[in-house]
Amino acid sequence: MVNDRSRDIGPFVPGPDDDMLICRCEEITKGEIRKAVHDGMWTMTEIRRYLRTGMGLCQGQTCSRLVKGIVARELGVSPSELEPATSRVPMRPIEMRIFANEAKDGEMNV
Amino acid sequence: MAERIVEHPILGVVEKGKKVNFLFDGKEVSGYEGEPIAVALKAAGLMVHRYTAKEHKPRGIFCAIGRCTDCVMVVDGIPNVRTCITPLREGMDVRTQYGVSDKPFEK
Amino acid sequence: MKRFDLIIVGAGPSGLSAAIEAAQRGLEVVVFDENEKPGGQLFKQIHKFFGSKEHRARIRGYVIGEQLLEEADKAGVKVVLNATVIGLYQDKEVVVKIGEEIQHYKGNSIVIATGAAENMVTFPGWTLPGVIGAGAAQTMMNLHGVLPGKKVLMLGSGNVGLVVSFQLLQCGCEVVALVDAAPRVGGYGVHAAKVARTGVPFYLSHTIVKAEGDDHVTGVTIAEVDDNFAFIPGTEKHFDVDTICLAVGLSPMSQLLKMAGCKMEDNPKRGGQVPICDEYGRTSLPGILVAGDVSGIEEASSAMIEGRMAGIVAAEYLGYIDKGTLDKELDKLSKALLDLRQGMFAPSNRGKAITETEEGIAISESLLRKGYVDDSEIERFPGVTHQSGVHPVIECTQNIPCNPCQDACPKKCISIGDNITSLPIVLPDSECINCGMCVASCSGQAIFLVNEDLGDGTATVTLPYEFLPLPEAGTNGVALGRDGKVVCDATVVGVKSMKAFDKTNLLTMRVPKEYAMTARFFKAK
Repeated sequence: MVNDRSRDIGPFVPGPDDDMLICRCEEITKGEIRKAVHDGMWTMTEIRRYLRTGMGLCQGQTCSRLVKGIVARELGVSPSELEPATSRVPMRPIEMRIFANEAKDGEMNV
Repeated sequence: MAERIVEHPILGVVEKGKKVNFLFDGKEVSGYEGEPIAVALKAAGLMVHRYTAKEHKPRGIFCAIGRCTDCVMVVDGIPNVRTCITPLREGMDVRTQYGVSDKPFEK
Repeated sequence: MKRFDLIIVGAGPSGLSAAIEAAQRGLEVVVFDENEKPGGQLFKQIHKFFGSKEHRARIRGYVIGEQLLEEADKAGVKVVLNATVIGLYQDKEVVVKIGEEIQHYKGNSIVIATGAAENMVTFPGWTLPGVIGAGAAQTMMNLHGVLPGKKVLMLGSGNVGLVVSFQLLQCGCEVVALVDAAPRVGGYGVHAAKVARTGVPFYLSHTIVKAEGDDHVTGVTIAEVDDNFAFIPGTEKHFDVDTICLAVGLSPMSQLLKMAGCKMEDNPKRGGQVPICDEYGRTSLPGILVAGDVSGIEEASSAMIEGRMAGIVAAEYLGYIDKGTLDKELDKLSKALLDLRQGMFAPSNRGKAITETEEGIAISESLLRKGYVDDSEIERFPGVTHQSGVHPVIECTQNIPCNPCQDACPKKCISIGDNITSLPIVLPDSECINCGMCVASCSGQAIFLVNEDLGDGTATVTLPYEFLPLPEAGTNGVALGRDGKVVCDATVVGVKSMKAFDKTNLLTMRVPKEYAMTARFFKAK
């Protein structure tokens, strides 16, 4: 049901709390997320790429559950039916100079 | 706004490291060596760590364990330093972060 | 690439427990933790734990943390701190940031014990400095010795919200209100009762309308909500506060498992995205195990048992012990885990409205709606009896897995029986010697020693007291009732502090005898 893109979810109807900030890092509001769903972004991955929710410094630690709830409600499905966004390296914010600084073999000692 | 706990009914007398001075936006503030920068700021009653890039809204400590990244500041010239998990050292230069810089926004 | 028998991610209660069990069986074990200090959340837990002896009941969380670290050290576990695991790849390759380097390790087996992250709720002003997670409050006050604020409003009446509210009171903060959108208190009644009797008002079916302030929080408005969680106009209440604390649940931090390719599910009963695993923590990928909150939100006591299971399973997986030994050990641990998962708050009862105890006694509705057992309800519970002379009054009214009180009494006055969740009873004709061990050993602070009639029109009530300053004998003040409201004048007769009480002081106050069964807290004038 989630992936049936022919489904009619109705038009975007503005809500009284559309200006509520959801993604604290990238400063994305509830209204922007709801609109994005009506623009055709039905998966968490699409929403992320479209709006950058969960792509800021904290990597979605705080908002991903909130965003999922908003998208699910807009689609009229349960949040548990939505696939979470892809998990990938690095799981935590990290400076590029460190990320690129691979320990040389033989030096690995904890 | 906040105070240090001198003696706790369960944890006893709170042990702290050496007292050190550091700079907050150029002003001298004191704290204890090794405690998170955010804790020293909190004890000094300083709650605003940064202003956001888009809306210029104030932010401070939120999770206190390095996850939410809301408490980031410019520390010794480096932006986006999570002050809640970065230990305080003598003479640190801690600045309010505006967007990703230590330069206040133009009005 | 360096290879370990077992790599554990997370040095909290479950990760350390897994490490200890595995290392004791001969595995070479390394634990990576992103924090500066090990122990996970244990060092922020300053209350006495529930359960029975095998669950380390009656011991404060941070002491359990110290015990685990000592055991891990003895077993030869290597704990690497400031080590952030940033990736988990096929064939059990762990990528970890240590210092300014990225290092790669292979594990013959892996235990993911990354725990949970706090959930959040939104309301206008929720990004203001001064709105913090309950975990942040605990970190500030219990690890770093700084007050999170002076006047605090707590949102969330689960065990975290209740426990952290009490901790805030203990370090001298004022908790102006405990608020929850749900119509019933979510956590243990005993945790709620110890907060309520200090005078903190509970607002169930209420939530935050907005946080106020320009640069930081200066106030908060709450309002009542209807059955659909919509605000009821006209019910707004305002509080001047400098801090709003959010304790609205936890979500498993399972991203590493998803990344590794474990089969996942979204399971609301377990708190969100969790790996599909068997009862011993085996995921869909051979050799990758899970333990603790990452596989379903519970608490530290069960996390420790799950950790031990995972450590033992890893030992068998790698051939350090045989299948027969494994089955025997898992069987024992399963029983211990099952004990913790009994009672009114058992995972299987989540979402159910329980109206009767296992004994068939009606649950206190007042406790669920206001945080305290009403005076009119208290007498129906089996721990509340009347005798001449000093005797225990046990205000334990919900079936929770906990039994230290029955072992604490040297005279065997208190009995719970074999079923760990049964309500404690005071045995008839028991000979209370007023030693206070039951009061100090009750993790829920629900036991009082009462002498209902001293013969001069007064009564004495001895209560657990974990606040500073300790009032001296002769201090005049008021006695508060279970609801935190003043019931009468009271004078402190004495305060007993002993090593065996483990920092729970026993405050004895004298009150007019008609208040013997209602006076439950002391406040100096």
